[in-house]
Amino acid sequence: MSLSISLTINGQARTVVLDDPRVTLLDLLRERLDLPGTKKGCDRGQCGACTVLVDGRRINSCLSLAASLDGTEVTTIEGLAEGEALHPVQAAFIAHDGFQCGYCTPGQIMSAVGLIKEGHANGDPERIRELMSGNICRCGAYQGITEAILEAQKASTEANRRDAA
Amino acid sequence: MNRFDYIRPVSVSEAIAAAAVPGSAYLAAGTNLLDLMKVGTTRPERVIDITRLPGLDRIEWLPDGGVRIAAMVRNSDLAYDERFARTFPAVAEALLSGASAQLRNAATVGGNLMQRTRCAYFHDLASACNRRVAGSGCDARDGENRLHAVLGWSEHCIATHPSDFCVPLVALDALVEVEGPHGAREIPVDLLHALPGATPERETALAPGELVVALRLPAEAADFSGNARYLKLRERTSYAFAVVSAAAALELEGKLIRKARVALGGVAAKPWRAREAEVALTGMPASAEAFAKAAEIALADALPSGDNAFKIELARRIVVRALSLAFEGTPEVMPALPASPFSTTAGAIHVA
Repeated sequence: MSLSISLTINGQARTVVLDDPRVTLLDLLRERLDLPGTKKGCDRGQCGACTVLVDGRRINSCLSLAASLDGTEVTTIEGLAEGEALHPVQAAFIAHDGFQCGYCTPGQIMSAVGLIKEGHANGDPERIRELMSGNICRCGAYQGITEAILEAQKASTEANRRDAA
Repeated sequence: MNRFDYIRPVSVSEAIAAAAVPGSAYLAAGTNLLDLMKVGTTRPERVIDITRLPGLDRIEWLPDGGVRIAAMVRNSDLAYDERFARTFPAVAEALLSGASAQLRNAATVGGNLMQRTRCAYFHDLASACNRRVAGSGCDARDGENRLHAVLGWSEHCIATHPSDFCVPLVALDALVEVEGPHGAREIPVDLLHALPGATPERETALAPGELVVALRLPAEAADFSGNARYLKLRERTSYAFAVVSAAAALELEGKLIRKARVALGGVAAKPWRAREAEVALTGMPASAEAFAKAAEIALADALPSGDNAFKIELARRIVVRALSLAFEGTPEVMPALPASPFSTTAGAIHVA
């Protein structure tokens, strides 16, 4: 049974024919759309390495059937930078050493982008840690990750304030 | 994962008709179902995708002050809905203490109600599990069972129900609206999940093909909004299932308890309402002794099902703690670590 779905991925409209409904969004991105930036860690929703934004909200792409997401907008790590200019969260991760081996980093960054959009952390490191608990870092770069998010969130709030003024 | 047919109905009635074929399973976000399918615990031949059914994504306030939450409302949308969180704070706190931000963004109200046990033997196909395969035995009885049930278990199954959300729901007399091949009906959440007895494979009161379409909280549940908490003890700070948890809600007149609600999580195959403890609290002045007495009563029938006698005392203490915090009052702002007994002040580092 084949099924045709339409997705907007990193701003680009894509039509995908699925020959098998078992394909998760994660496998679709990595294996069929040549977007391997999104990582497969546990494949069970426990590690967060596969985090992407669907319609602006962070989710675990390993636990989503691609067929079920027909018509949605997907943003992956490949869609964050504008040309050579890094997204502020990417830049903040570099500035604050928010990683070591880097395997969990795309998921951490996508999760951080989602967290900042959600707006529930209010610059509180405790809330940031809690709201990032779905992203595991085996190297233990949590301190840098929290600092990076604090800085990126502050920059984003100030940018919004400037826009509003 | 086994092969299956993917079906995307356009209405509730079409979904119910599609699910009438044996071997069908409803798919919401899939955060639990896909996980189970990946290990082979569940092998549906037909997957009925209900995520786009019209009208299933609304939070609707009823004229009497109650609320109707359609089944596909996402956990995070409900928890962060301001009016909902203000009116039913223990429910919002329970939601925010469950899973991770990513999972809460996807997982639905209906899916959470239908969540399966996290017992490792249920997930491991090499193990005997009466819940997964009726009559096959229970390897948890002689296995790693320190987190298993202490109330309502049977020799056939000692699994616990993993939901946080359902614990304050049973305390607050929530109802589920169900539609199925034989029409619509309502089931109190307290009667939705079955105790194992001799038939642990019968997990819920739903008949084959029935679909949860909505959840309702009655107006009276709002009477507890000023003194309601959910408290959950985990083996790590965040993103873990409860070892034990408790929802406590009080309606006070000064120090006098006019009404009390108590329910426990992580202790049984269903969220465990402690009605006798509620009766003991009613009409009493709030005090450490009254809360301790209530906790004694709530766990009076508890028995270890394995290496888990410690959970009985932990459960008593979480009840006392939840009642004490409920008496102090619902916090003005959601704690940084929702439901955590270890919450600290904002900004402080509690993890060494």
